[in-house]
Amino acid sequence: MKLLKLVPDNTNIKFLKLRVPFFVLSIVLIIGSWAAVAVNGLNFGVDFAGGQEVRMTFEERETAPIPSLRELVGGLGYGEPVVQEFGGPNAVSIRVRLPEDAEDTPGAATAIGDRVIAAIAAEYPDARTDGNDTVSGKVAGEFRNSAVLALLAAMAAVSFYIWIRFEWQFGVGAMFALVHDVSVTVGLFALTQMEFSLQIVAAILAIIGYSLNDTIVVYDRIRENLKKYRKMPLPELLDLSVNETLARTVMTSLTLFIALVPLLLFGPPSLFGMVAAITAGLFIGTYSSIYMAGPLLIWMGVTSNSFVPQESAMDRQEKIARGEV
Amino acid sequence: MLEFPLWKKIWLWGLTLAASLLALPSLFNVAGLDWPASLPNPQVNLGLDLAGGSHLLLEARADDVRAQRLQNMEENVRQLMRNATPRIRIGDVSTGDGRLSFMLENAADIDRARGMIEPAMQGASTTREWELAVVDGQRMVLTQTDAGVDQAIDDAMDSATEVVRRRIDELGTREPTIIRQGDTRIVVQVPGLEDPDALKSLLGQTAQLEFKLVDLNALPENVQAGIAPAGSEVFPYAAGSPQEGQFEAVRRLGGIRGDSLTGAQAGVDPTSNQNVVNITFDAQGGAKFAKLTTENVGKPFAIILDGQVLSAPNINEPIIGGRAQISGSFTAESANSLAIALRSGALPVPLAVVEERTVGPDLGADSIREGLLAMTIGSLAVIALMVASYGRFGVYATIALVCNVLMLLGIMALGNFTLTLPGIAGFVITIGAAVDANVLINERIREERLRGRKVIAAVETGYKEAGRAIYDANFTNFIAGIMLFAFGSGPVKGFAVVLVIGLFTSVFTGVTLTRLMVAGWLRKARPTDITI
Repeated sequence: MKLLKLVPDNTNIKFLKLRVPFFVLSIVLIIGSWAAVAVNGLNFGVDFAGGQEVRMTFEERETAPIPSLRELVGGLGYGEPVVQEFGGPNAVSIRVRLPEDAEDTPGAATAIGDRVIAAIAAEYPDARTDGNDTVSGKVAGEFRNSAVLALLAAMAAVSFYIWIRFEWQFGVGAMFALVHDVSVTVGLFALTQMEFSLQIVAAILAIIGYSLNDTIVVYDRIRENLKKYRKMPLPELLDLSVNETLARTVMTSLTLFIALVPLLLFGPPSLFGMVAAITAGLFIGTYSSIYMAGPLLIWMGVTSNSFVPQESAMDRQEKIARGEV
Repeated sequence: MLEFPLWKKIWLWGLTLAASLLALPSLFNVAGLDWPASLPNPQVNLGLDLAGGSHLLLEARADDVRAQRLQNMEENVRQLMRNATPRIRIGDVSTGDGRLSFMLENAADIDRARGMIEPAMQGASTTREWELAVVDGQRMVLTQTDAGVDQAIDDAMDSATEVVRRRIDELGTREPTIIRQGDTRIVVQVPGLEDPDALKSLLGQTAQLEFKLVDLNALPENVQAGIAPAGSEVFPYAAGSPQEGQFEAVRRLGGIRGDSLTGAQAGVDPTSNQNVVNITFDAQGGAKFAKLTTENVGKPFAIILDGQVLSAPNINEPIIGGRAQISGSFTAESANSLAIALRSGALPVPLAVVEERTVGPDLGADSIREGLLAMTIGSLAVIALMVASYGRFGVYATIALVCNVLMLLGIMALGNFTLTLPGIAGFVITIGAAVDANVLINERIREERLRGRKVIAAVETGYKEAGRAIYDANFTNFIAGIMLFAFGSGPVKGFAVVLVIGLFTSVFTGVTLTRLMVAGWLRKARPTDITI
């Protein structure tokens, strides 16, 4: 039986040869992402912006009548509504801002949602209400704060763990890789103006967990090779490690990717943004484990000596077994 | 490494089987089959975003509690001073900045006043709730302590939670969740609600009912401008009443609160054919009401609900039986809603809806169907890739994957965890990432074979060397999962739950179970070469 091999044995791609241009690219991507956030802003959903969001599906239509909805809801006197496709071509989310005094008047905010729904239902009998969310400005502010806090804390905690398990250089490398992954994912949302909600932050937190899986596999191999090939120059050793683990990197990313694609295509429309974020993060994370986490080790001066005191009796035995000593 | 004693084999497979069996009732449910009633029936909870329903976050404002407490204290002090023998005369009463201040007309009364007020300052708890100071020998100042306010807020929220629970129970919904959150919030979750508006209008009203005498001395033009004479206050008429837009001045003190009711029913007044709410006072409230109406026959009194005048009828005769009728432009629904609210008691503090999420019932069923479809296709694709890449070892990984999904579902059912919409994404991620362990192990075995190791040694090294990276990778995922759990509200928590439980089950199935299977095969077949 011939088994599938996506990465041939003894692959030897000189990844690190292009480390400077790719590192510059990564930095440009990070800066570009935040520039996109600064220029375009993020299309905050009701979770973070506060306000009233109604989600509806037009069951007997191919596409939702977005321009006429905008006019209809705009005519209700709650300012210019944000009407956008949500999850499918015949589904929309409609967002209106809450009036200033809504915070003080119990029930005022939710009454707005009811009026929007009633107005649309009168015009389009096939409109099905999928959801109706109200978030006050205060709660939205709390969500924003806790989202930023959770992202920073997760990045710090994960990097700290890598530092404990490896060496400080690896922890810094992981931190940079994470900053890169989170920035670029957020940048994509600024660029595409897809709705940025609590779910998306959840997706990014999941990315923080998963994007390092590849990095850890490479780091683990670098550590192993540092002990094994004491005299090898670091760039060469990194290349060797990346190549040796390339099949794993490709396979682990691929399995997650092919599991996510059906969810992206056939899954619940309201999960689309979240799954899209995770899928994008998967690629960004794989890229950064090769081009962000690796080269930094060279510049921060990792040497084989970094791990010498940790060489255990078992490693020694293994070397004897291989006839390397 | 590849040796498994019999007891360990039985224990590992037994655990897998037991956890997987727990998933069966939930699978039956999804497939629309009937699970035998005689068997235990653990089910995965469906979150509101899958089952449909309403989530409300209610918040009380500390300022309201403070103001309410101050007003209670003022009434209390006035009553005490009036009832003192001989009566202690006070004046220049003012409330503001969280303190109550008043002058004693006769400075000699100071010790007597202090003696009467001090017991009233202490609540049921040991917390010091008020500070009493005497300024210039004649002015008494009562200041609320922060601890006292905190205590009051805490008490108010406890009883508000109880009131909210009673009101929702009256709606007859199934399995509502009502929990206090933080200092001033209450989370209400009601699954599968037919009419979320009824819930909102019910919780939106504080239902503080007051009967107060109309101040007949107030000048109408002042009242319309919102200016109240001393000792009175001005309230607007409720929206929808014939006098909407007008105001009424009422005496601030000496009224009756509607919190001493034993019953409230919606009804129709036979003579006017109007919707009304019939209320019954308890003995004490009834006596007070009788006294008020007896002393003021012929004068109008205002029925005030949550700061709005419903109506201001004349007292035609003393009302002695402890029964009264509230009229005020009700519809049948609003009369019923008010009756429920009054029956379940007034909220001790107004609650505002600061977050509301309602999900229609159809969407959830669609989401589950679409999620299952995507999960099935994704699993098949992953299985195909694994078998094509690793042959027999891929089959073991597949068996582990199936066990993983079943165990994950089973543990969620056992722990009564909630599956949410993002939780479905969590399932798919778990499926895609669970085989990572097998990829790492199998690739390492392949590598060791290429280096010329014998089969057994290659497999042993594969499991051992890959184990380190698997452990580290899962631990970082675990850290992220904990952050997710701490960060998230409802749906996001559901995502975190699936991811974190999935980490444990996937390490168990992906590493331990496959090793068990591989070891069994190696011992039986003793292959000299393996295809991997």
